[in-house]
Amino acid sequence: MTCSEFLAMLDDLIDDEVTTRMRADLEDHLHGCEHCEVTLNTTRKTIQIYRSHEIYEMPASLRERLHTAIMKRCKKGC
Amino acid sequence: MATIQSIAGENEPHPDVALVERVRGGDVSAFDTLVRKYERQVFRIAQHITQNREDAEDVMQDAFLKAYEKLDQFQGNSKFYTWLVRIAVNESLMRLRRRRTGKMVSIDEDVETDEGSVPRDLADWAPDPEQNYTQAELGEILEKTIKGLPLGFKLVFELRDRQGMSTEETAKALNLSIPAVKSRLLRARLQLRERLSRYFKRKPASAAVGAEK
Repeated sequence: MTCSEFLAMLDDLIDDEVTTRMRADLEDHLHGCEHCEVTLNTTRKTIQIYRSHEIYEMPASLRERLHTAIMKRCKKGC
Repeated sequence: MATIQSIAGENEPHPDVALVERVRGGDVSAFDTLVRKYERQVFRIAQHITQNREDAEDVMQDAFLKAYEKLDQFQGNSKFYTWLVRIAVNESLMRLRRRRTGKMVSIDEDVETDEGSVPRDLADWAPDPEQNYTQAELGEILEKTIKGLPLGFKLVFELRDRQGMSTEETAKALNLSIPAVKSRLLRARLQLRERLSRYFKRKPASAAVGAEK
């Protein structure tokens, strides 16, 4: 397996959507390729960091204000 | 955050179905529950697209009001949240187009970019690299990094990886084909990885000492 072939399967590997056979091939490639191992680990870490940190968080005061405005309009029948 | 779409099993009705039915029957409080459930996600989508806090606030309000008004048109062949995202994306794009007259903004154009398609920065990262930054610094880095991505890439990443939507629902929400969602997700992940590498890669020993001040 080449690095490009590995890269083409990267998402499926991360999302756990590979067959047992394919996983074995991918792992085989990883054992001999430090670059792909770094790419895989740091891509996983990228996703994990983005999942566990809020970005564009709405402040609670803003949430309440917008929420009240929406519900007021809905009750009036929009 | 990653469990929005996976709470209900494939054969059980999604809990939103009952809420939508109650709203249709005139129960405004059920809509209140839906707003509280999804307002933060809708706000984030609007922020990704408009890049403007005021616009994102307006879009969030408009998207929910439109959803309420048009609830009769919701067919139930996608999830309520998927349908809501579609409304929010359209509202955001309309607002953006109004602001930047003449400049087309689109999520389905295939962005010609090689950036990130072949990983270039292959240095390994420090263990738990995010711990070298305060929460505020990290938030700034993450926002700055995702902001520079093409629109279609960041929306696919937001829905798939941050909000835990399936590939199929993401495709429906953004009106993209499944292969288009897949290719954008891979490129988004690789580009973000490449950009975060600048902050998180393992520093040579001498540089690390210097960085401590």
